[in-house]
Amino acid sequence: MAEPVLEIRDLKKTFGALKATDGVSLDLRPGEVHALIGPNGAGKSTLIHQISGSFRPDSGTIRFLGQDIAGLDMAARARLGLGRSFQISSLAQEFSALRNVMLAVQARQGTSFRFFRPVMNDKSLTEPAMAMLERVGLAGRAHLPAAELSHGERRQLEIAIALALGSKAFLFDEPMAGMGPEGSKALTKFLDGLRHEAPILLVEHDMDAVFALADRISVLVYGRVIATGTVDQIRNDPEVRRAYLGEAA
Amino acid sequence: MSIALLLEQLLNGLQLGVMLFLMAAGLTLIFGVMGLINLAHGSLYMVGAFACAAVAAATGSFWIGLAASLVAAAAAGAIIEVTVIRRLYDRDHLDQVLATFALILIFSEGTRWMFGSFPLYLDIPPLLQGAVPLPGGGQYQLYRLAIIGVGVVVALGLYVLISRTRLGMRIRAGESDREMIAALGVDIRTLYTVVFALGAALAGLAGALVGALQSVQVGMGEPALILAFVVIVIGGIGSIKGALFGAVLVGVVDTMGRFLLPKVLALMIPAAQAGPIGAALASMLIYIVMALILAFRPSGLFATQS
Amino acid sequence: MTNAPLMTRETVINTLLALLLLAIPLGASAMGEPFYITLATRIAILALAAVGLNIALGLGGLVSFGHAAFFGLGGYAAGILATHAFDGVPLFAGIPGTASMPIIWLVAVVVCGLIALPIGAISLRTTGVYFIMITLAFAQMIYYFAVSWPAYGGEDGLSIYVRNEFPGVNTAQPLSYFLICYVVLMAALGLFWLLRGSRFGAALQAARQNATRLAAVGIAPFNVRLVAFAVSAMVTGLAGALFADLNKFVSPSMLSWHMSGELIVLIILGGKGRLFGPVAGAMLYVLIEYALGGITERWQFFLGLILLGVVLFARGGLLGLLAGKARHG
Repeated sequence: MAEPVLEIRDLKKTFGALKATDGVSLDLRPGEVHALIGPNGAGKSTLIHQISGSFRPDSGTIRFLGQDIAGLDMAARARLGLGRSFQISSLAQEFSALRNVMLAVQARQGTSFRFFRPVMNDKSLTEPAMAMLERVGLAGRAHLPAAELSHGERRQLEIAIALALGSKAFLFDEPMAGMGPEGSKALTKFLDGLRHEAPILLVEHDMDAVFALADRISVLVYGRVIATGTVDQIRNDPEVRRAYLGEAA
Repeated sequence: MSIALLLEQLLNGLQLGVMLFLMAAGLTLIFGVMGLINLAHGSLYMVGAFACAAVAAATGSFWIGLAASLVAAAAAGAIIEVTVIRRLYDRDHLDQVLATFALILIFSEGTRWMFGSFPLYLDIPPLLQGAVPLPGGGQYQLYRLAIIGVGVVVALGLYVLISRTRLGMRIRAGESDREMIAALGVDIRTLYTVVFALGAALAGLAGALVGALQSVQVGMGEPALILAFVVIVIGGIGSIKGALFGAVLVGVVDTMGRFLLPKVLALMIPAAQAGPIGAALASMLIYIVMALILAFRPSGLFATQS
Repeated sequence: MTNAPLMTRETVINTLLALLLLAIPLGASAMGEPFYITLATRIAILALAAVGLNIALGLGGLVSFGHAAFFGLGGYAAGILATHAFDGVPLFAGIPGTASMPIIWLVAVVVCGLIALPIGAISLRTTGVYFIMITLAFAQMIYYFAVSWPAYGGEDGLSIYVRNEFPGVNTAQPLSYFLICYVVLMAALGLFWLLRGSRFGAALQAARQNATRLAAVGIAPFNVRLVAFAVSAMVTGLAGALFADLNKFVSPSMLSWHMSGELIVLIILGGKGRLFGPVAGAMLYVLIEYALGGITERWQFFLGLILLGVVLFARGGLLGLLAGKARHG
């Protein structure tokens, strides 16, 4: 089996008395969509934050492409190729969609300390950025400020940014949230193709999308992974049914 | 250098620290509860000093002046809270800085208008004149000791107020969750005005107390304000305990630095140079201490907010 | 924007402001009113200082309440170098002083950059109110140092007996000196315009709008902000050197927190983050100072009221009123 791209071992994080992450281990293998599901408050976002570098875990290791990244800050992890989208979309609100993606393009090129050449006429930035917007279907909205985009469009924009970074793994935190059924269906199809570019760790509440996309699913409850397996294994896991799916059904 | 002299300087540092605590407690309370940075806090200090000096001169009683300083500063605080400050709570810090900077200009020129450009003088009340003997043979001004005493009383009073009373409970709730306190049905506007006036009164008290040690003049509040900023940055913005600790630290470090640095330097370099260099270094000392603390604890020693 | 008109409304207003600032002293010179030339020079220099601050504050959202430190350091660089040149006493280690403006400017800019780096490195570990107070505290530290250091006048300040020299220009002539300052201001505005439109400017503005986003694409906000803070300090320091030469005097008041406040006020009066915001702000400020100052000794009282009005009710500043909301391509 191929080496995992992302490997998490025994991660722990507490907030006061709350064990938000309680000994989580999971990995992300090349070419897969690994979905992370669980009820609200299970600690999914906290886990994503530790992987991306917003929070520092209390203990445990996070290895990315064979390297221990626990000591790196968010920017350094992103430079290694960890691309993320946020649960609550996080964009440069005054910048247009295009400029948001251009920022990722210049970050990937490592050219942010160039002081004079105007970016707007710089085809080495605008063209790749526009191409990414086209891929996610936002080309027509390229010149609108991020603040004026709809919820769903902002999610798409975040994905375009992660694409532009040339990420080697994607962390998507509820990318379907706030999208209509049409949008969800289109995004599901898009992510299905994306897995061949880089594996995806997907936090998502939309179970149709999860069952359609996931190669493996991990179920997180009270900060612990109670099961990991294929879609069928998870559907039929009695503990999962009791703890999670059972409640929903 | 005698022990008595050292002790005297230490007490001076403590007295400066107490004065800074009175300033910083209000600043940090206002920031903690309302999220507001108030540059005009130094103006309230000045208002207290002027009120005390003017009323003491008119009535012949320092004590009536002191009471007047509390009333005047609290009233000035309440008035600016209702007319200006209230509009700034949901603004960014830049707007708060600018609007309260504008208030400083208005207060300073307004005070010059009312009292003229000459400083006023305030005498130490007869009750507190004189000195007490220090161990080691020195003497120390009773009035300065009394200021230290006031600081201890105010610190205890604030502790009781915040941890034991209904108002204190509301203040603590307001610090942690503004929506929650509104949902509890507390009149948040009144609470804010009360907290602001309380902070103003403490600043006014500091101004009045210090007024008897130095001249009362326009602009006197600004050095005190900036030192108070250093205090709350060191202590952690929003923390009364941090303000107390930071104030004593800044007061003692500043005073002892000015006293000791030239002497220490004189052991290494010629005395003619040691004096000015020591004085220059001493004037920078508290800022260096602040920088060092922040390099390790960017949100201060007793930070309440992450 | 691909379909933007050739001249936006803001560009027109900017051009008019630039021409107006040039026309005042030319007119005053023709009418033999040197006072107005000095007034215009003051506007140009204050605007330059504020252009510097605008890089940190307007583009980067870094509310530095200590930029007077750099304004004053620039001033002292001019004053100290000129004094040593005048007395013929070497500065230290045999290095002579100088009366040459280009060298003085270089020194002022380098000194400010070098001092801004450690100040920025410590201050930028914090954000929000902490940043405001810490930059203020560092400026106060330098202020008190200048007050208590007797070698260069201490509290009394330092006089520059003869205005420093610029190759091929008679700097003693008010109009010539204005033109030097004007050209430097225009160059700084050009720099600001380039910076804003560049990759660095994009990263800096993103750091203001959403630092988490910037980090998530792999650009550390701290590094971007630190460079911006240093560049900003260097421009403000250059203005300080020019200001010292204008007044032929430098004192700790250039370092005072009041000065830091004034620089922020200039930007807000004009319009934060706008190319010509500092110019509009400096014109308005000097106009208020001059017009109100002519009527009442208590002009700062009314300045306070005006400022309060702008903050509470006219948040875009003068350019916001004239040219509408700022746009980002």
